Amino acid sequence: MHVPDGFIDAATSVGTGVVAAGGLGVSLRKAARALRDFHVPLAGVTAALIFALQMLNFPVLPGVSGHLMGGALAAILLGPWMGAAVVSVVVIVQALFFADGGVSALGVNVTNIALVTAFVAWPVFRVVLKILPKTRLSAMAAAMASAFVSVLAGSFAFVLEYALGGVGGAPIGTVLGAMTGIHALIGIGEGLITATALGTVLAVRPDLVQGVADVELSGTDTVPTGRAVTTFVLTGLVVAIALVLFVAPFASPHPDGLETVAEETGFASAAQEHPIGGPLADYQVAGVESETVGTIVSGIIGTVIAFAIGLGIVAVSRRRARSA
Amino acid sequence: MTALLEVEDLAYTYPDGTEALRGATFSVAEGERVALLGPNGAGKTTLLLALIGIIQASRGVVRVGGVTLEPETYPEVRRRIGIVFQDPDDQLFMPTVWRDVAFGPANLGLDGEEVETRTKEALAAVDMEQQADRAPHHLSGGEARRAAIATVLSMRPDVLVLDEPTSNLDPVGRRELADLLSTLDTTQIVVTHDLPFALRLCPRSIVLNGGRVAADGPTAELLSDTDLMAANRLELPYGFDPGTIAGR
Amino acid sequence: MSGVHAHALHYHGHSPVHRLAPEVKIVAMFAFVAAVIATPTRAVWAFGFLAAVLAVAVGLAEIPMGFFLKRLSIEIPFVIFALAMPFVGQGPYVEVGSLSLSVPGLWGSWNVLAKATLSVGASIVLSATTEVADILSGFDRLRAPRLLTAIAGFMVRYLEVVVSELGRVRTAIAARLGDLSRRREAATLAAVSGTMFIRAYERGERIHQAMLARGYQGVMPAAAAPELPVRWSGMVAWAASAWVVAAAAILTT
Repeated sequence: MHVPDGFIDAATSVGTGVVAAGGLGVSLRKAARALRDFHVPLAGVTAALIFALQMLNFPVLPGVSGHLMGGALAAILLGPWMGAAVVSVVVIVQALFFADGGVSALGVNVTNIALVTAFVAWPVFRVVLKILPKTRLSAMAAAMASAFVSVLAGSFAFVLEYALGGVGGAPIGTVLGAMTGIHALIGIGEGLITATALGTVLAVRPDLVQGVADVELSGTDTVPTGRAVTTFVLTGLVVAIALVLFVAPFASPHPDGLETVAEETGFASAAQEHPIGGPLADYQVAGVESETVGTIVSGIIGTVIAFAIGLGIVAVSRRRARSA
Repeated sequence: MTALLEVEDLAYTYPDGTEALRGATFSVAEGERVALLGPNGAGKTTLLLALIGIIQASRGVVRVGGVTLEPETYPEVRRRIGIVFQDPDDQLFMPTVWRDVAFGPANLGLDGEEVETRTKEALAAVDMEQQADRAPHHLSGGEARRAAIATVLSMRPDVLVLDEPTSNLDPVGRRELADLLSTLDTTQIVVTHDLPFALRLCPRSIVLNGGRVAADGPTAELLSDTDLMAANRLELPYGFDPGTIAGR
Repeated sequence: MSGVHAHALHYHGHSPVHRLAPEVKIVAMFAFVAAVIATPTRAVWAFGFLAAVLAVAVGLAEIPMGFFLKRLSIEIPFVIFALAMPFVGQGPYVEVGSLSLSVPGLWGSWNVLAKATLSVGASIVLSATTEVADILSGFDRLRAPRLLTAIAGFMVRYLEVVVSELGRVRTAIAARLGDLSRRREAATLAAVSGTMFIRAYERGERIHQAMLARGYQGVMPAAAAPELPVRWSGMVAWAASAWVVAAAAILTT
């Protein structure tokens, strides 16, 4: 997801640069105020850890692998401000020293990979945790959902930036479809990794996790039963899949383009499995600009609806678990 | 001899309830080299952290050179008592050795020239002048240990405290470290499990156990006292007989 | 990943560029990249001139072409996905063999390849002639947020420590559990990530204790003044030449 130079035009590069600088500035100031200063070396070592973890690949599809982005994990562990700052440092160092992401795309990459993910993951985590019973598994499920949503949010941010100033004339629908498809899968991986990692930390040192700092979690020192784990992981997956199914139909007003992409480049082969069309397929309004905005807006609405449904599923399963 | 460092009735309890220090009392005179011995869990590391206010003792007094430890005097006490922690990787956190050694004097608010002078002086004292520009993770165990000591020496402390300085050193490295420390004329407190090292370097030893001072006297005597050793979970290396080491 | 070792990024030397203060080189890089980005895609000739300007810097820095090209080739694969653009873009189309390629897509691919290559090239000149620690000091003197450079400094310092620790853990997993499916290895590593975070936290605490013990009072000491003289004129002339090309391209397109 690290965007190289030349993918977006100069104006968008500058604009996102301003947004990123502003967001990062705010994060740094709030982080400095909220946390004791021993978090400076902690932030650095955590940044090193996230950098190292990003180098590990996990299988997403046969032949396709994804890697951890870390924004959600950083936010849940260190809080949204320090989390955003930490991942920003990783992204900036990657761009300046390792050419992973263009120097001129720093605004885009910091915004999407660090700021959007952390600032979306934190509230999602807190909200889901609030409605679930206060156990370690709930926190893991909340982490799974928040990581998944954060990855999708980051990819939506990219699509928005591409719509504003992207180079190469790809239709927004195609970009949205491809990005969403790939990142839905990466998001599941990110969700699983984030949830598992958080589970380990909660089992040993729950006091280190900012995301549960004001919450008393039970079950932190017990090994969860297989059935309980399955329930929560499946819940998380259902939420994830529901989101994907609802967003994908809006993403492709040009089914031919998507199929051609899938054939020629082999990427987003998962997109072929998604139903093309759907109830809001004729949401497209005449005119390029409206189509672009319309597609994105419908995508966002779809996500919100799906998420609400996902939360409903989770709430129902919670009631079921209590009466079981 | 006047006492340089005085510790009176120092006590500390961790948030989880562990009483790590229960009234430790001892004093160290200027120029002395004292070993701090004791089993794991005796409270040695806690004592070090309490000595400079990194953790706040619940009871007791620390005085160095007449200055009593309290929040207002933390900077002064931390200059006078220089602690070299166990893991050089924690102690060497700057990109180069030079910057690590300069970190202390820079924090003292000294001007650039003075910082440079002290840094050079400290590096020379540990024979690391040639390695000043190297990154810490490229140093060998012994070099890292020496660099870590230099980071504290540059502050010109009155008391040098070392926490397990021989861990991860091979026997030659240990001997070299002992030689180095004996050339430094700072007062020294060495926390160590390495009893031969303690005997070699420190004429006097304090045994800490259960958060209190269990024994305080000449090292050779303590190490020869089999009952005392057993009572405090101290054990000499196989075949080592302190009695055969000629007095120095 | 090959890029982790910081010393592989740096090419030791004493060229005029090596001896420039880091803040000068940082500004030079950003100025050059800005000129590259500002250059219109279709002014293909301009990119040739910009490449020449970059080559001047590579030459002055006395960086061997082999080293430079090797670094460039390791990092260029990131732009490969830009090659999808001719297949995904909208019309007008052009027939190339049996393929129908989008013209805006082709220009888009060219845009990414040309600009990313030049930009990466500039960053290579920076990282090859400046130690990472000095680059961070340069940012300090350019008044980047102190907290940011402090975190970056610790990150760079402890990167190899963390990576080798992670490597040891992976070896231990392999030794104990043998050949795991990728999925199970990933799951185990995910759990390990949690442990690694706890270790990172505890290390952060110990580092902070060491900092306090050496007088740290909440503010990292200011970066020392550069040992190298801060001369801007040469760099300004060089960056200006890139901007002359960009301006000419903008005006003639």
